[in-house]
Amino acid sequence: MALTGVEIFKMLPKTNCKKCGFPTCLAFAMQLAQRKVSLDACPDVSEDAKQKLGDASAPPIRPITIGAGARAVKVGEETVMFRHEKKFVNPSILALAIKDTDSGDVMAAKINDCLVSEIDRVGQKLKIDALCLINESNDAGKFEALAKAAAEKAPAVAVILCTENVDAAKAAIAHFSGKKPLLYGATEANAEEMAKLAKSSGASLGIKAVGLDALSTLSDKIKGFGVEDIVLDSGAKTAKDMIEHNTYIRRAALKKGNKSLGYPVINVAVRDNNMLETLIAGLGIGKYAAIVVLSSAQKWKNLVMFTLRQNIYTDPQVPMQVEQKVYEIGNPKAESPLMITTNFSLTYFIVAGEVENSKVPAWLAIMDCEGLSVLTAWAAGKFTAAKIAAFIKESGIEGKIANKELIIPGYVAILSGALEEKLEGWKITVGPREANALPSYLKSRTA
Amino acid sequence: MAFTPPKETNTGKVYSVTIGSGDAAVTIGGENVLPFHGFEGVVPNKPAIAFDVLDTAPVDWPDTVREVYAGVSDDPVKWAKHCVENLNAKAVALRLSSTHPDNGNRSAAEAAETVKRVLDAVSVPLIILGSNHAEKDADVLVKVAEVAKGRNCLIGKAQEANYKTVAAAAMAHGHMLVAMSELDINLSKQLNIMITQLGFNKEKVIIDPMCSALGYGLEYTYTVMERIRLAALTQNDATMQQPILGDVGMYVWKIKEVSASEEILPAWGAMKERGIGWEAQTAAALLMAGAELLIMRHPEAVAAVDAFINELM
Repeated sequence: MALTGVEIFKMLPKTNCKKCGFPTCLAFAMQLAQRKVSLDACPDVSEDAKQKLGDASAPPIRPITIGAGARAVKVGEETVMFRHEKKFVNPSILALAIKDTDSGDVMAAKINDCLVSEIDRVGQKLKIDALCLINESNDAGKFEALAKAAAEKAPAVAVILCTENVDAAKAAIAHFSGKKPLLYGATEANAEEMAKLAKSSGASLGIKAVGLDALSTLSDKIKGFGVEDIVLDSGAKTAKDMIEHNTYIRRAALKKGNKSLGYPVINVAVRDNNMLETLIAGLGIGKYAAIVVLSSAQKWKNLVMFTLRQNIYTDPQVPMQVEQKVYEIGNPKAESPLMITTNFSLTYFIVAGEVENSKVPAWLAIMDCEGLSVLTAWAAGKFTAAKIAAFIKESGIEGKIANKELIIPGYVAILSGALEEKLEGWKITVGPREANALPSYLKSRTA
Repeated sequence: MAFTPPKETNTGKVYSVTIGSGDAAVTIGGENVLPFHGFEGVVPNKPAIAFDVLDTAPVDWPDTVREVYAGVSDDPVKWAKHCVENLNAKAVALRLSSTHPDNGNRSAAEAAETVKRVLDAVSVPLIILGSNHAEKDADVLVKVAEVAKGRNCLIGKAQEANYKTVAAAAMAHGHMLVAMSELDINLSKQLNIMITQLGFNKEKVIIDPMCSALGYGLEYTYTVMERIRLAALTQNDATMQQPILGDVGMYVWKIKEVSASEEILPAWGAMKERGIGWEAQTAAALLMAGAELLIMRHPEAVAAVDAFINELM
């Protein structure tokens, strides 16, 4: 079970040497208790303490990295059941399945879908993280051919090798030397050989069993063979199984200190109905899947899944922010109105959405207020006349518009006088208090 | 070592509520566990989906969803019947948009006439919504509640600014009530308390903690819903045990992601699937968080969410 910071502190050297990066051993102990740092950061800890602290300081869900280099992806390390408790840490990996029975064209198209999947949304780069190569044929030669194609065409992409055939696994894994693939297919029947192969290839090992009892037993067995990096497949075939198994696994690891199931989970979302598959992937993203396997990655589907993943994995304590700049909505012209608000993402999205609804082209100046909403930013002194004036001047918007008029949110009407002083030659207009009044406000201005 | 599932049982339970009357009435809620956690408790009812029907032509809807109702959307009666007869709608949400002062400003009497005609035409449960103008809604919903007497409709939305009038009208004519607050569990709880203090039956309230679309604040709605559900179940908080509404369609079908064409934004892919996927995923996420009642627009999105629910139950 988890130790408290003070219990951990008693086992540390108590030299306050700062080599761990913290000012005191107690501070380090507190971080360890919260599982924010690794015990490895302390060079002087005794072997005895290491032994005792090892279990307690290990994260309840082991972190696993798949792939190497810039496109390596990390999963696991989750610490809560619900995102409001503390953020979800490592976003679910979306993996695109390619079967070795697919035609060469299909294989090439899917590899390409993965490579071109990156989209920028609210400053984050989102993409299909991995390829999941499936040994549908159960033939080693075919599987190796697919592995070779993937390794050549998408050398940087993290790879999951899905096969229960040890010979096929051996043939394919040779193409990913040093690239930390996930070998996905250890079962009760092939456990020892697969464990050996994973160890010798530097791969993590995905283990498959039907039901949590069998999975727990298999996990212990695999660990007994010396494999540390394990990914769990409980054989969940339906959404009903997924939510049950994933919930029990996460709960057992976090609340019961269960080590056998303290690993990331992989779910297969593949369905005949692509819209349903999208929603099943969404279930995985929200309900504790570390890796979700998909049959296709169309751009529309990616955008839906990426956005959900971004929403669910947002830190609830840190407001999402959008970039400070003057946004153009609906091709504004020199005569179009200019409005300003703060860069809290929700504020931006709601205001931009309502401006868009109005069908009135407009300039929307979004000012960096550290992600605070209008009233909060104003109260915190981040949305003041002086700062707004400075931003408007620096933004260069003056050169793009015909009338120097700035519309400010109704909630900060009080700023209009001071703004007119700071922004010489500008007319300051007080707009509506709520974004939903914007369409009628903008329409009435142009009428 | 044999694995013992770490079951969690709760002291609290969501009220089981029935909307509508007669054979077509729909019952939602009743579970004593988190959404779709039938493995550790009781989940007696499936979530329900109502089709959004406007009392005026949906001129500002994007083509993807507007085209589906071409030919019926000029008349709310035809539209509602189409949803029930051809799209297998289990419930209809009649939105009296044209009563908004900026959108036609139709009178309460006209709105009541529309409601009467729709009620005469369909037997499925009716959700009757104003135009989200607190003052005008108070006026409109009072008249509407009267003509809908006896049908056990769900009317709303009661907000802080108008809940006394709207709740009184719903109570007087035997309807249920949508209580809407703005993305804050405490505001939601407070509104529920104020409504029940008027003598309104707490088991006839549906919570609307305010919806948001995927990518447009969904995480806030998601977490508020999750927290409301946890309060109801784990803390047995009787003021938070009503089923939750996700008014999905109206928040989804106005954003850029559902209306920007692939020509303009090739990186976003096919517009039609993107729009349908956006609505379906917003709805599915809110089901995971705790919503039991959804209002949606595109039939293909509804079909996908139905399939999702069926796989989960």
